[in-house]
Formats: sequence, structure tokens, C-alpha cells
Amino acid sequence: MEHIVIIGNGIAGVTLARHIRKKSESKITIVSNENEFFFSRTALMYVFMGHMKFEHTQPYENDFWKKNKIELTLGQVIQVVPSAKEIILANDKKISYDKLVLATGSKPNKFGWPGEELKGVTGLYHKKDLESLEKWSVNANRAVIVGGGLIGIELAEMLRSRDIQVTLLVREKSFWAGILPFDESQMINRHIVEHNIDLRLETNLVEILSDESGNAKGVVTDKGEIILCDIVGLTAGVSPNIDFLKNSGIELGKGIKVDRFLETNIKDIYAIGDCAEQRVAIGERTVVEAVWYTGRMMGETLSQTLSGIPTAYNPGNWFNSAKFLDIEYQTYGWVLAKPKEYEAQFYWEHQQGKKAIRISFDKSNRTFLGINTFGIRMRHEFFDKVLTEKKTVEYVIENLLKANFDPEFFTSHHKEIQKQFYKQFDSFKTA
Amino acid sequence: MTKIGENISIASHENMQMNGMQKLSVTLGILGLFILVLSLFNVNFPNKEIWLATAIALILVGVITYANKTYLNQPAGIKNNGVWHTNFTNKGTLAWMTGIVLTSFYVVLYWYPQYLGLNQEGGKNTGIVAFFDPLSLILNGKAATQWFVYGTLYTVAILGLGYKFILKYRHNKYQLVRTLSVMFFQLGFAFLIPEILEKLNPEKAYFAKDLKNMWPLNYYFFNDWHLKSMLEGGNLGMFMLIFGIAMIFIISPILTYFYGKRWYCSWVCGCGGLAETAGDSFRHLSSKSTISWKIERWMIHSVLVFSFIMTIAVIFTFLSDNPQMSFITKDQFIFGIVIFLALFTIVLYVFKRKDMDTDAIYTMLSLVAIIIISLLLNYFSGKQNILFLDSNSLREWYGFAIGAAFSGVVGVGFYPILGNRVWCRFGCPMAAILGLQQRLFSRFRITTNGGQCISCGNCSTYCEMGIDVRSYAQKGENIVRSSCVGCGICSAVCPRGVLKLENNSVSGRINANEILLGNDVDLLDLINNK
Repeated sequence: MEHIVIIGNGIAGVTLARHIRKKSESKITIVSNENEFFFSRTALMYVFMGHMKFEHTQPYENDFWKKNKIELTLGQVIQVVPSAKEIILANDKKISYDKLVLATGSKPNKFGWPGEELKGVTGLYHKKDLESLEKWSVNANRAVIVGGGLIGIELAEMLRSRDIQVTLLVREKSFWAGILPFDESQMINRHIVEHNIDLRLETNLVEILSDESGNAKGVVTDKGEIILCDIVGLTAGVSPNIDFLKNSGIELGKGIKVDRFLETNIKDIYAIGDCAEQRVAIGERTVVEAVWYTGRMMGETLSQTLSGIPTAYNPGNWFNSAKFLDIEYQTYGWVLAKPKEYEAQFYWEHQQGKKAIRISFDKSNRTFLGINTFGIRMRHEFFDKVLTEKKTVEYVIENLLKANFDPEFFTSHHKEIQKQFYKQFDSFKTA
Repeated sequence: MTKIGENISIASHENMQMNGMQKLSVTLGILGLFILVLSLFNVNFPNKEIWLATAIALILVGVITYANKTYLNQPAGIKNNGVWHTNFTNKGTLAWMTGIVLTSFYVVLYWYPQYLGLNQEGGKNTGIVAFFDPLSLILNGKAATQWFVYGTLYTVAILGLGYKFILKYRHNKYQLVRTLSVMFFQLGFAFLIPEILEKLNPEKAYFAKDLKNMWPLNYYFFNDWHLKSMLEGGNLGMFMLIFGIAMIFIISPILTYFYGKRWYCSWVCGCGGLAETAGDSFRHLSSKSTISWKIERWMIHSVLVFSFIMTIAVIFTFLSDNPQMSFITKDQFIFGIVIFLALFTIVLYVFKRKDMDTDAIYTMLSLVAIIIISLLLNYFSGKQNILFLDSNSLREWYGFAIGAAFSGVVGVGFYPILGNRVWCRFGCPMAAILGLQQRLFSRFRITTNGGQCISCGNCSTYCEMGIDVRSYAQKGENIVRSSCVGCGICSAVCPRGVLKLENNSVSGRINANEILLGNDVDLLDLINNK
């Protein structure tokens, strides 16, 4: 019987295991050094905030794995030996495989800041990060978070829920400005301030200061300011967790290099999820995509290949979502922060500044390219179809109500949006 | 240049210390309750009406001020910070104490009303019952009973804590409208209208005048004394009888077809109303394990069968004892029931067996067979006890075990320990019937939004009915569950906009995807449509 070994029990590895089990009787082993059972990493913040208990982040009951004959091994993999087709764990245990899948995820970025290894300094990625935060937050009054992106704002929200004062250092001119166009980003800036978070734009970390016993006691910014604090959150992105593969012969770049079939340069070794790096970028996508959904999709795809139906990774239309404090964000297709020359953008913001949409379309033929929505829920199915069938921006504007996914009784702003669109792009309508 | 201001949001998080105003409001509320407790111990208040009004006003003002101070000084949004860290909402000492106080209250209310001051010999009441006399006299023209006290406090709880709920979910209009609806139905239909109708018909024997409280939730609807009171209750009695029957067979199935059982359970029902308002702080305590689901299905359907059998038995007895009062004879009734059961089962089996689990089909078939056989056996042997059991003791046991112990003592008393929908989930026969309708013939479902789910588990955690919503959402599968009361909280707490309560065409309502939207289109078709 073929033995498939998966390193990592995040969304990518677990999706893969579940789908293989539906189709084949192969022996499946998942090795993880974080937690015995799969949990939703994205939900860790809710455990800290007291919305959920850790057990609630586990999507499957504990007997699920046994029932589905998926073996779980807790341990740290220190070496992969392709020549012997085996992996070696920290406790010297060896596991041999027929097919090996690397789904080791990411680790928080650190840029060699002085003091980044002090006590009280953490990223927000692993379960143990949460445990550290839990310990430190008991006596903390103030925290500094470095990084104006999705994880930074989540960490800020978490700490605020414990009444800890938070300073958020953002390298860019505005929050998540690399991804969000200016108006939306400004809207989120205002919302951050509304939540009593001290937002410092265009500010970088220079150094983390230590007290006598090795605890972080403050940071120095590039504005020359010292901010005293008890916790420092490093949330300036993540990078593939691949250090243990350095001498394995597996080709590495930023991540583990894979072809479209998610196979590495070595036969029978695959990589999926955050740690995988496409040799050639797919469409507008980056070569490494550290997103829940792409991890899941790679797992779905590879399960076909490993069940005997070779299938290329062929992600559909781009989509993503997040929540910035109270403002929900969804995106379908591509809306670029800096529009390309062929791209026109339409922006509508609700007068109370908590809802907005931005639609991007092709100037020349009015093809709809993508939408950002804030505080308004949209139907994934609708936009997936619109993007696949290359409908026009007018089609989307006319069908906003059909596209809407807000709960019943919610105010629909489609008329207001339509009006503004036609006012602004009248020439397009008559063109 | 530090601009970090003093933290002004001390009150903004439920797991933190209360601020001065919150403490004051809690004090006001407790003072109000304290006056009620004093009355329980027969403290002789002069100007009872003023003291009663003061007590109720203090409670309401306390709750309203507390809610204002808790929610209005921070941006609208989901307010679940610290829910699992707080003693009261995470089964701590305070929760147990509250549970014990509530449970004891229900025990006294149902079985020892004399301790509340009810004079069972018909003389003058004392204690808290007498304390409510002024209000009772205004509304229904009679001295108060323990049920009047209970009804008033119940209504105060739904109104006050309904206001709190509205502020808590003020960014969500579905919650706003739904909560206004339960507040309206409690105040008007369950409380004011029945009391006033009572006042307008003083000489008539008691019968239920709450239009929305239908059989089998109102389990005594078909009991002989109640049927008699309605039949002898003039136009109003006749109307209540006909409307009550229409509710069961016509109105509720139609509404459930269009909107799902939520039209009743989380928009109209009084039990649901209390659960959604007063019980909101405990909604996350419901168990989500598959074991609980199994227990739930056996228990709730057993109660349904129990209530059904009890009702057949009491109607049969009534028809035997009062042939002159009835529209139909007992023969017609028995054969009517047999035909109804047989037809109902055949139709269900022929058209819907694919939607039902095998164990559900077997259970249903064997149960119906047993009921029909015992009905016929007893009927042809000329027995009074149409189901081998004495209808009186059946009725009494039902009233004791289900009507009082389950719905009241356990159902509400255990809010802080087992969650706010224990009764609705495990015991309510009304929920069971509407649930069957919802599962088999309804346009209602909770739609999941393509591939947007991140399996975080907020939806499952905050489902008061213990549905593992996430297990559907992460598969991109719509949620069509008989137990779903459509409260909409799963959709509200979802951080990624994945869930939406919808009424739409029945076909394609239940979908199951292996590959979620967002991936390779061909792969999607290949796997999902094979």
C-alpha cells in the first residue's frame, strides 16, 4: 500500500489528506509539530479575544482522523532524505514515504532588527505565539505592532480587546497601501483611529530596547522616537517555512519551487500551500501565495494527482477576504492599488465612511476586471461567473442587487452607486 | 510627540471592569429586583401600585442604562470580546448561582405557588402575587395569580434585554427587525391582549387567548377542560378554537413553506423570544458534538410523539364524555386520525424518502404502525383508553414532565449552563413539527458564499441550536437543518461574509460540493457533477 506522508497539518495538508481519503485507500500520515489536531489558524485571534475557546477552532472532532484512517504524528521534521525516501524527526524517528508532500506553511518575517529575539517580542502565526501573548498580556499596558497589513490589524484588535494600548507602525503612507487603493486605505486608517489605536504612518522600526532581564521595554522608530511598551508584535508579512530543507537537494527559492503539478524538482516530492513557490507566476498572482484559499485549492488539486489523475494547479478567478476591525472586506478579480494604464476605476463610498466599493474595468472594451467591497457582502458565485464570462462593467453595475450577499433587510445602496457611476462614466455609457 | 491618549474605552469590552455608570445601572436593576424580593417576604408596602411601578421601572432603567453604557460608546460591530473569559458567560460561579435561582423560581412557580403568596383556597393573596394586584386589576380586572406575576416579569425581561440585544447588534438590520418582532409579540399577543380579553369576558371560564401560542407548544389546547371552555366561551372561544386549529393545519405550514420555521421560533414565539433576548449571553454554550445532535433528534421527536399520543387520548376521552358538544363523533375521530397518519406517512415516504436518513424513515414507519395498530386494537375492543393508557394520567404526566419540568425548569433555569435553546432544541414538539416541515418542504436555507469560508468556527460557536454550521460552510454546502431557528447570528458573526439566510426555490436547495468555488473550473465540474 502506498504511503503518503504530509508534513504540516494546516489547511493545505489537511484538505489534501481528506480528499485523498475520499478516493483511495493509501496510507496517509500527517506530521506536525504544532498541534495534534487541525485547527483554523485564522481563528487564533478569536481565542485570544474570548470569542471562542481553542477547541472551537478545530473543524473536525478528534475521532475524525481515526475514523478516516489518517494517522497524525506530532513531531518536528529536521531532515528530508530523498535518496532513502524518508524523513527524520527531531526525536530521531524515521518515517519512510512513497510520496512526500511539504505543506509546512510560513513563518513571520524578521528583518534582523536589534532586539527581535527578546522576551515580549512575537509574531502572530503559531499557536505558541498566542500562548506567549496570553502570558505577556496579563501585565502589559502598551504594545507596539510593526507592520500595516492584515495580521498587524488583527493583532491590534486582539490587544485592544484586553484594554492594552496599541501603537501600530506602518511603513507605507497609509494602511496596507501596497494592496488597497488610496481611498479605501484612508477609510481603514480612520477606522483604526476610531478604535483608539495609535496609528503611525510612514514609520519604521529601528531597534527594540531591552530591560536588564531581557524583556522588551520599548522600541526606537526611524523618527527618532522611543515608545515604551511591554509587547512588540512583528507582523511585517510571512515567508515560507523551509529552513529545514536547505541541504535536502530540493530546489528552493523564496519557497519550495514547484511546477504546475505542484511537484518539486525531485520526483514524488510535492509542495502545497504557503511554502510552495510557482516557477512561473500564474496570471497576476504572486509566485508565493500565503492565503488560506490558495492553500485549500492546492490541496484539492494535488489530491487528484495523488489519486492517479494528474491535474495541474489551475486556480480560478482571484478572490480574497478579510476583516479590518468592524469593516468586512471582500475582493473578486483584480483591483490594483496603482491602476495599470488600460484600467479605469470607479469608487463609491458611503457617507458614513464604513462602506465602500471600487470597481476596476478595462477602459477600451469596458470588461469588468475586479471589485473591492467594504462593509457590503457580495456573492462569490456571481463575480466568478462575471469574470469568467468577461462581462462588462455596466452588467455588474446593473446587477449589483443580484450580486449582493448582505443579510435580509440591510439597506441596499445599489441605486446610489448606479447613479454615481453613470454620472462619472457617462461617456462610457454613451460610447 | 506621543499622542497616545488616556484609554477612554474601559467600558467598551465586556471582559473588563465595569465603569461607574455601569455599576450604577446594575445597582438600579438590583434595587428593583430587591423590592420584588421584599414583597415576597410580605413586607407591607403602602401604595403598592407606586412601589410596583418603581420596581419595574428600576429594572428597566437599569437594563437600558447598562446597555447604553456598554454598547453606545464604541463602534457598531460584533461584541463577543471576553465571552469565554467571563465567569457569568462561561459557566462560572455566577452562572451556576443564576441557574440555581432561576431553577428554584420555576420549581416554586409550578408546584409551590403558595410560597409566592398565592392563596389556593381562593382567599386574598399575599407576597409577590399580591404585590402585582394593582397591575393585574388594571389589565384583567382580577387579583393577580402566580402566572400573572410570571407573565409580567417575562415580558419585562424580553423588553429590557431585547433593547440590550438591539444595541449589541445594531449594525445588523435583520437582528433589529427580528428583535422588535419578538418584543411586539410578547408585549401585545402574549401579555396585553390576553389580559384585556380576560377583562372583557370576566364571567367565562379560562381558556388560552394568546393567538400565537399554538398546539403542541400549548399542550393543553385539546384537553377536555380547555375544549369545554372554548366551546362555552362564546364567539371569542369559538374563534380561538377555529383559529388554533387553522394555525396548526393551514397558517403555520404555509408560513414555514415560505420562510422556514424562523417565522415562529425566532420572530414570534415567546420561548424563542426569551431565549433570543435574555438568553443571548448564553447562546454559545450549546453543545456542537455529533453525540448531542443524536440525542437531540431522539429526544425532540420522542416528545413530539408523546404530545401527539397524549392529545389523541384526551380528545378521544373528550369525545366519549361529551358527544353533545362535539362536531365529530369519536368514531370519525379515530378513523380520521388513522387515515391522516397513513396518508401523511405514505406521501412522505413516496416523495421525500430520499431527503431523510434511513434511521429516520424506519423510526417513522414503525412508530406510525404502532400507533395505528394500538388505536385500532383498543377501538375494536371497546376500550376507553384508546392507547392502552389512561388519558388523564397521560395528560398529567405530560404537563409535569414536558410542560413544566422541561420547558421551564430545565429550559430556562439551565440557560447559563446548557445554553439558551435547550427546550427549543431538545424538547419543543412545536419546533419538531416546524422542523420537519422546514427540512422537507421549505424555501428557507442558509446559503454559503462560494469558497470564502476560512473555517474559523464563529458560526458554530454562536449557533444556539448547536448546529455545526462550519461543517457545511467549509464545504460550500447550504445549511438545511430541521433545528435551525433562523436567528441569523451565524451570518452576523461571520467575519468573511459567508452565510446568508434566504428564501428561494426548493429545488437545488441542498447542494454538496467536494471542490469549492475559486479553483479550476474544469476540476469543479469533474468532481462535483460526477
